Amino acid sequence: MGRVRRMRQAAIVNAAVFALLVAVALAAHVLGAPYVVTLATKAAIFAMAGVGLNLALGYGGMVSFGHAAFFGIGGYVTGIFASHAAAGTPVLTLPFTVAGSAEMLGIWPMVMVVTALAAMVIGALSLRTTGVYFIMVTLAFAQMVYYFAISWRAYGGEDGLSFYVRNSFPGLNTFAPIQFFAIAAALLALAMGFVALVTRSRFGLALQAARANPQRVMASGIRPFALRLTAFVLSAVIVGLAGSLYADLNRFVSPAMLSWHMSGEIMVFVILGGVGRLAGPVAGAGVFILLEQVLGGVSDYWQALLGLLLLAIVLYAPGGILGLLPGGRRHV
Amino acid sequence: MSDVILDIRGLEKSFGALKATDGVTLDLRRGEIHALIGPNGAGKSTLIKQITGEIRQDRGSITFEGQAIDGLDAAARARLGLARSFQVSSVVPEFTALENTMLAVLGAGGGVFRFLRPALHDPALTDPARFHLDQAGLAGRAAVPAGVLSHGERRRLEIAMALAMRPRAFLLDEPMAGMGAEGARDLTAILSDLRAEAPILLVEHDMDAVFALADRISVLVYGRIIATGSVEEIRANAEVRRSYLGEEA
Amino acid sequence: MLLAEQALNGLQYGMMLFLMAAGLTLVFGVMGLINLAHGSLYMLGAYACAWVAAATGSFALGLAASLAAAAAAGAVVEVAVIRRLYARDHLEQVLATFALILVFSEGTRWVFGSFPLYLTLPGALSGAVTLPGGLQYPLFRLAIIATGAAVALGLWLLIGRTRLGIRIRAGEADREMVAALGVDIARLYTMVFALGAALAGLAGALVGTIQSVQVGMGEPVLILAFVVIVIGGIGSIKGAFVAALLVGLTDALGKALLPSLFARVMEASAANGIGAALGSMLIYILMAAVLIWRPEGLYGARA
Repeated sequence: MGRVRRMRQAAIVNAAVFALLVAVALAAHVLGAPYVVTLATKAAIFAMAGVGLNLALGYGGMVSFGHAAFFGIGGYVTGIFASHAAAGTPVLTLPFTVAGSAEMLGIWPMVMVVTALAAMVIGALSLRTTGVYFIMVTLAFAQMVYYFAISWRAYGGEDGLSFYVRNSFPGLNTFAPIQFFAIAAALLALAMGFVALVTRSRFGLALQAARANPQRVMASGIRPFALRLTAFVLSAVIVGLAGSLYADLNRFVSPAMLSWHMSGEIMVFVILGGVGRLAGPVAGAGVFILLEQVLGGVSDYWQALLGLLLLAIVLYAPGGILGLLPGGRRHV
Repeated sequence: MSDVILDIRGLEKSFGALKATDGVTLDLRRGEIHALIGPNGAGKSTLIKQITGEIRQDRGSITFEGQAIDGLDAAARARLGLARSFQVSSVVPEFTALENTMLAVLGAGGGVFRFLRPALHDPALTDPARFHLDQAGLAGRAAVPAGVLSHGERRRLEIAMALAMRPRAFLLDEPMAGMGAEGARDLTAILSDLRAEAPILLVEHDMDAVFALADRISVLVYGRIIATGSVEEIRANAEVRRSYLGEEA
Repeated sequence: MLLAEQALNGLQYGMMLFLMAAGLTLVFGVMGLINLAHGSLYMLGAYACAWVAAATGSFALGLAASLAAAAAAGAVVEVAVIRRLYARDHLEQVLATFALILVFSEGTRWVFGSFPLYLTLPGALSGAVTLPGGLQYPLFRLAIIATGAAVALGLWLLIGRTRLGIRIRAGEADREMVAALGVDIARLYTMVFALGAALAGLAGALVGTIQSVQVGMGEPVLILAFVVIVIGGIGSIKGAFVAALLVGLTDALGKALLPSLFARVMEASAANGIGAALGSMLIYILMAAVLIWRPEGLYGARA
């Protein structure tokens, strides 16, 4: 059965791509190159954002150009809790008191709740539209959040918000690059596992059917809107968690995390690696970071080279990097 | 009148100046195949779409098993057991025949919002799906992507999906379209058995199939039902012969 | 008086947005293409104008250069890249044109450096005029309003009254039919794309006199132009015109009025903060409201 074999090959590729990322970080750690460990951490975080977007984009067929909103909201929630914890002031006093926190395990649930709420509102409005309208509307909502952050002086406005101490995790020293990498890699693995399960589940079956043939799904008694909104929210929560890690990596959040360049880049991770492929965003983010380092060394204008490469991939290798490997372009 | 499953009264639908449905009254009774025939452009597809809920009528009412369904959308009507097939085959091409049928089982049975258990290992979905594929004569093709099935097989897949909807009534929109003579004969036999499951409102151009299958026939011309009756009555009806069969009386 | 001035500012902003949105919506309506690199053509127009005006001392030559450079760049990009994308899905169009932005932005930075250029106004257009009612208003901003109105009229005549317009409308409706009638579709598309590019370049040159000319200047405008065509209905020039003015006025009046409105109910600094934040979000709120009411935009075809 070619199909089963293709799926098995795809699983091997997924595991190999993830293992490669971990191997790079470990090797760098052993060889005493903490800078490279940090780069691998950045790649893991970007990969996680891509894995999240892929759930909406690759499996749900929703071309969201506004996922930076969730990346940035995750980052800002983290920064806001951490800075309040450092100052010893509550985040909220009305309608109920919410204390700041410098614990990742305390912050992550907040990130998930806030990004889920934001995604529910943005998704419910955006999903009234389809096609190009959806792309532009998600972009516009992200811009709205971006401008809000810029004009919100209390948390740094245009300048962003620094917090000097990376949030803590029980039993780990989050300042040690390899230990922080372990946290990022573990969350990435969880996100990949979750997406893998979801796409094979009843929900995933219906979601992917709704991407290919919404009329048929409707005639089967299932409303595509509810499927899409749920996938959009799940996708946003994963991206929000990635944003939280990114804030911790830099100990800094700024409106740049919310900008449309960020949305574009998250999309680039997905496309570069391969749409609708589980490890696609991991390969994409890894290659992106690698290019940034290699091309950035060649020329100050490396983004122009990145642009040309991206153009070549879209025009000549629409399956992305993993599309060139065994396991087929896309599996259901 | 408890025999009436689907009751359509005074349905009207206009697109601008065009009256696509002009006061259609029609019913579907337990155990029958009721064929809806009419020349191209008579408004058959528009009528079917109003019954499924894809478009809303301007006037008139639709009652399904005693319940007014005018306010329900297509998904809600499907869940009540109004199962349809499409004029142009409408399946998910990258899904296998089994996965397509599982989708219909899922829609009828509910429980879509389960996220962690692999659907392909869920006997509550796969068992009924395999059963209905077998009913439609596709047991051996379960693992084949719908996109590579032959035209006739895709028509059968649609029947399997309609069966998986726990149907209380079938709306079949030209199931014979594009089938060869042999395929049409096979499908005729399958449809004939289907009426034991639930009554069928059958839109069809293949007159051999219609005359072989139908218990009653209604003739739709320019959005109006010009005659309803048994096969013999319709064959003998002068107005039908004139306006539809194109014969001089 | 302040209100009238803000209204004029909004009108001027709206006209500039219309110049951008017209090209975007035309390209989408005719070719079905979503073009993120439209902002780069705007930037290119501004640079061409600033560079030529500085070299020759003539703003008029600069304007001509902006039109020519943007149209030429548009034609080249269309032939080299864009025409391969018409048959692709929107995701690939977004990605490819996003890539084009990277190339354009970095390319411009490479040629002109990171420092902004400045355009000086020609003497004839600088200074203010006194409007009826005694309001002093910069002449150049009035000129932008006039230019926008003239372009709107010109496009209306072009689409409605000329042979090219008939072909454009026909190409929108049925590509194969037009090709079968012997119209060179490929050339028609290149012309439409270059026309849209020229309008973007013109907008860039005009705005370059108000703001500095720098890399990245096209992006905020591009996103607003998207908001405009979503509100107006994608593909509709008339919708783009109405929505552009609506967005321009909402933005200018919202930013001017909201802080003082809030100041009536709360203390001044808080009112300023919230007013400014809300003011900058107002057009997106407008867009959300329009979408709730009409998901296909004001003048969009109902799906």
